[in-house]
Amino acid sequence: MEYNEAKEKIVEALQKKQKTKTKFYFNDLAKILEEKPRVAKKLINQMIQEQVLEYWSSGSTTLYGLTGTGKQAAAEDEA
Amino acid sequence: MAKHETPLLDQLESGPWPSFVSDLKQEAEKRAKNEKGVEFQIPEDVVEDLLGVLELSYKHGRTHWKHGGIVGVFGYGGGVIGRYCDQPEKFPGVAHFHTMRVNQPAGKFYKAEYLRELCDLWDFRGSGITNMHGSTGDIIFIGTTTPQLEEIFYEMTHNMNQDLGGSGSNLRTPSDCIGQARCEYACYDTQAICHTFTNEYQDELHRPAFPYKFKFKFDGCPNCCVASIARADMSFVGTWRDDIRIDQKAVKAYVGGELAPNAGAHAGRDWGSFDIQKEVVDLCPTECMRYEGDKLEINTKECTRCMHCINVMPRALRIGNDRGLSILVGAKAPILDGAQMGSLLVPFIKAEEPYDEIKEIIESIWDWWMEEGKNRERLGELLKRQGFQKLLEMTGLEPDPRMVQEPRSNPYIFWKEDEVEGGWERDIDEFRKHHQR
Ligand code: SF4
Ligand code: SF4
Repeated sequence: MEYNEAKEKIVEALQKKQKTKTKFYFNDLAKILEEKPRVAKKLINQMIQEQVLEYWSSGSTTLYGLTGTGKQAAAEDEA
Repeated sequence: MAKHETPLLDQLESGPWPSFVSDLKQEAEKRAKNEKGVEFQIPEDVVEDLLGVLELSYKHGRTHWKHGGIVGVFGYGGGVIGRYCDQPEKFPGVAHFHTMRVNQPAGKFYKAEYLRELCDLWDFRGSGITNMHGSTGDIIFIGTTTPQLEEIFYEMTHNMNQDLGGSGSNLRTPSDCIGQARCEYACYDTQAICHTFTNEYQDELHRPAFPYKFKFKFDGCPNCCVASIARADMSFVGTWRDDIRIDQKAVKAYVGGELAPNAGAHAGRDWGSFDIQKEVVDLCPTECMRYEGDKLEINTKECTRCMHCINVMPRALRIGNDRGLSILVGAKAPILDGAQMGSLLVPFIKAEEPYDEIKEIIESIWDWWMEEGKNRERLGELLKRQGFQKLLEMTGLEPDPRMVQEPRSNPYIFWKEDEVEGGWERDIDEFRKHHQR
């Protein structure tokens, strides 16, 4: 899959869900892309590099979200 | 005078054991005095506030830390764990209190000078509080603010040749026992393999794409000093295929009391004279030893390399010469689904550079787990859910009796239809001719 196509797919899908959910597992993203994990990883890494996505970590688990979205992002700025 | 009263924490100092509370108070005092004139980049009284918020948690019986965060260094999905306090007005020093994991050197060898550099950096840009070492093996830096993260990372990677470790849904920092560097029991070079795989799997360490955490641990022998068998998704345990080397003269010296059993480790008390029958032969778990007429014999076929006899008489018994390692998979601590020990996947494999065969196994396991693993499912849980046989298929390994504890137990190996002559279909009329209803 082309990177730009992948980016559009992810951004669109994640934006649609914004109201209910802002953090996603890697597997959720791979499913949106309909790609095997290794292929999806390359594309998603690039989205991280370009700051389309950002990581959220509890320490034990890592989730992904659109940069600057979600409760935590607001808290991060005011702190 | 302490900034916050901490009567509950003070109690923790009263027992016979060293207390982290005393350590924290000492660090708080050190920062307050600041004899070295450090230009602290985060609040000077961070440790005081840490004690304060902990006291409050004891009082309330609940935590005052929020869960997780976005913080990290650019491009890395692990190594930093965001922590924020939910009482920032009361304890401004710990409003941000992020953890950083520093990838420990293989075998945890360092020079004092290197430790000093690390500590100076952490006094300057963090709380000064460390944990040597976290359970994954990392050097843990406890408590700093968001703006310090990139600064610390830059300093470590550019001037100290030091990387961050793993956290989150990543490969965690591989860890190993001290191995051949100091230990005569080591069956392979744990430092070499740990270091090689840390470099080889940088992408897995820093860019999280696994369903959950994944741990490698390397033990040089079945004594398992890093407890790989109990806590690594993949444990690599040194072993050998040939006979334990026996020095009969030294055996006699143990029996005669000239050599102290367990290298004198239990000499603090008089246990009476050494009884080889009672203390070694009778304790062999597979009953494969015999001591008769001043001669010790071991039936190698039955020996499971439990290390007991070697640990008791290290001068007389030595690991074999045909060495390698066993790979076990699926161990984990009880977070979601109960604790689990590793299951034997590869009974013996040579551990020689460039470790291509071992890498193939690792990567085939990852492919399986990344595709089939549910969110937050450890390898051991997937193994239980889909069966050991599935793992064998995915890794291309042949089933082996050593993977089974005993006949008819470990019922995760099943026949498939195409492996059985005639398949599952039976002619019922033919069957009824010989068997009544
Ligand atoms: S695990 Fe074995 S080889 Fe490694 S340090 Fe312990 S006793 Fe030595
Ligand atoms: S290593 Fe363990 S199983 Fe093997 S001979 Fe010694 S005591 Fe017995």
